Amino acid sequence: MAGSIIAKSALAISLALTSGLALAAGQYGPGASDTEIKIGNTMPYSGPASAYGIIGKTEAAYFAMINEQGGINGRKINFISRDDGYSPPKTVEQVRQLVEQDQVLFLFSTLGTPTNVAIHTYLNDNKVPQLFVATGADQWNNPKKFPWTMGLIPSYGTEARIYAHYILKNLPSAKIAVLYQNDDFGKDYLNGLRAGLGDKAQKMIVATQSYETTDPTVDSQVVTLQGSGADVLMTAAIPKFAAQAIRKVYDIGWKPTHFLSSVSNSVGTVMKNAGYEKGVGIISAAFAKDPTDPQWANTPEYKEWLAFMKKHNPSANTADVQGVIGYSYAQTLVAVLKACGNNLTRENIMKQAASLHDLKLPMLLPGIAISTSATDFAPIKQMQPEKFDGTTWKLFGEVLSGS
Amino acid sequence: MEKRHVIAPATGSPGGAGGAVFGSNSAQWISILALVVFAVALPFALSKYHVFELTMVMIYAIAVLGLNILTGYNGQISLGHGGFFAAGAYTAAILMHRYGVPYWATLPAAALICFVLGVLFGLPALRFEGPYLALVTLAMALATPQLLKYFDTWTGGQQGINLPKPVPPHWLEIDRDRWLYFVALMALLIAIRIAANILHGRTGRALIATRDQPIAAVAMGIPTARYKTIAFGTSTLFTGVAGALAAIVIGYVSPEGYSLFLSVSFLVGSAIGGIATIGGAIVGGLFIEFVPNLANDISDAAPWAIYGLAMLLFMYTMPRGAVGTVWPWIGKALMRMGPHKIE
Repeated sequence: MAGSIIAKSALAISLALTSGLALAAGQYGPGASDTEIKIGNTMPYSGPASAYGIIGKTEAAYFAMINEQGGINGRKINFISRDDGYSPPKTVEQVRQLVEQDQVLFLFSTLGTPTNVAIHTYLNDNKVPQLFVATGADQWNNPKKFPWTMGLIPSYGTEARIYAHYILKNLPSAKIAVLYQNDDFGKDYLNGLRAGLGDKAQKMIVATQSYETTDPTVDSQVVTLQGSGADVLMTAAIPKFAAQAIRKVYDIGWKPTHFLSSVSNSVGTVMKNAGYEKGVGIISAAFAKDPTDPQWANTPEYKEWLAFMKKHNPSANTADVQGVIGYSYAQTLVAVLKACGNNLTRENIMKQAASLHDLKLPMLLPGIAISTSATDFAPIKQMQPEKFDGTTWKLFGEVLSGS
Repeated sequence: MEKRHVIAPATGSPGGAGGAVFGSNSAQWISILALVVFAVALPFALSKYHVFELTMVMIYAIAVLGLNILTGYNGQISLGHGGFFAAGAYTAAILMHRYGVPYWATLPAAALICFVLGVLFGLPALRFEGPYLALVTLAMALATPQLLKYFDTWTGGQQGINLPKPVPPHWLEIDRDRWLYFVALMALLIAIRIAANILHGRTGRALIATRDQPIAAVAMGIPTARYKTIAFGTSTLFTGVAGALAAIVIGYVSPEGYSLFLSVSFLVGSAIGGIATIGGAIVGGLFIEFVPNLANDISDAAPWAIYGLAMLLFMYTMPRGAVGTVWPWIGKALMRMGPHKIE
């Protein structure tokens, strides 16, 4: 019964598709037409991760601006962004509603690692693009197994490989100690570092210590790592523990070259809590222009971004780097949609997303370019090292690649 | 004591709405049969997504029913049922993922584990009353996500566990969403039947007596400590089975899915539906599933203000919950119409 109904409707759909082909100029998947491109998104507008909601708001504002300017190839973007409160069961529900009821063409910039894991198989089974997910986990770059999922920002592993390349070049005889969070985030860093060091990893990494997010402090781990005789320390920690580690390293008089994961390099929280003077000389990495960095203040790119934020997204805090991230996500998508031309099928969306070549965005650091291919689903693979001078991060050296 | 009567059903029968569910007279049987036929036919008239939503409604209804047994009938307030929901979910997830146990076999396992957990938790909880017990259970709700992350060799930590997908029996020729709807429907019907059995008999009367007149209950020879513990265990059993079903339907578990808000949602659903009713659990399930989404559709700037407003509206217009308030009217109307007595 049900089988024959499915067969009939499949026949009807394919007939409709073929006749549609003959009539219209465009080739469309669900949610796309001569006048509209429907895009789905989930964001934590409420709940523990609501600070990231500005990414979704900025994207919506950017698409509204594009629509005001006439849309993309004459088609307006209909961006449906739903709140999942960072709760994976809710994400599943919202995404099923977006795909099955709202009939979006694809999902874009869904935020969070557990939330994206929850919809990973569903979207790939149904061949719906899960495009440019807003998370730094390593697992999104797996086109063989998950051809419908793609990340955008540099992954944790990519960042760790960048540090590894830096160490190999500038500190070839380093003895490395690693402090990492005992979960996928911390392990992505450790594995990335090992991969980046290659066959030298065994010799160069002299000690590793992990912590649980439930631990009160990482003091004993830091002391143990110092005891290993290492002269390089890599800290892959969330803000609270990163601040503790910076403080402890300073207090026990250890002076390693200290690399700090970029998720916890915020001046306002981590460096301030650790004590500005205790963090002098720490090395981290960046890929986007920090809106508070005075060196961009007079550039046309920054001014354009600021004007956009003031006009279209007036409630957002312009000191928040996430406003730059959302802007860059939206611009990457617009580039993909422009490349799709009149062929707005799900297959072509993925094909064009996997054919980006040397795409430069105004608010990414100079020298960083977005490139993808059928076997490379990690669009941004470059970062630039930066050093803390006691008040702010100063970019230095050249943009490094972590691939 | 007056205050306690507020949550008691107004009909005077132990169970209010439940009094009519699975009763014995023919008019009731016919209406129940009609309801079941409707429930069986419904998924074929709806899209797969709506079927999925209704499946979640029934799962939440089972969880709320569990809470109603404890809070409504036995007067013990729990803010920690999200934790037992998580325990059931992870039981199903770990059994399916690590040991390849078929999904249906995880339900009795989740029932057993959550019953034992509930009894163990209920023992120390015996020492606490009212708001103090609420605080103890609140501790449970707060600890759950972190405990799940801590025991990461079992739970997969932050990353969670992806569950294999249940396959509908091939002779049925129906899709997964509709099949899971029927699994949840069966579970809900069984849960209602068991709850009605417990609550409309000796145990139910003992639970209510313990709630309303604890001293008199003891004087009458009711072992109140034992009944409180049983109420706790039964309640968490229901909620745990609901958690296992939810994990199977969603296909993924991770700590973020079981925050304090889930526990609060259950309590809200329970109060909205009618705290000392069986039918109210279904209204509660509907509220938990649909109201946050509706609120989001009305205003994406302040969905939680709308949610709060909806809650206030419900509680002002129907202080005993939807079923607790509306059912007595229907009951009276039916009594006037037919020869059968509702009580």
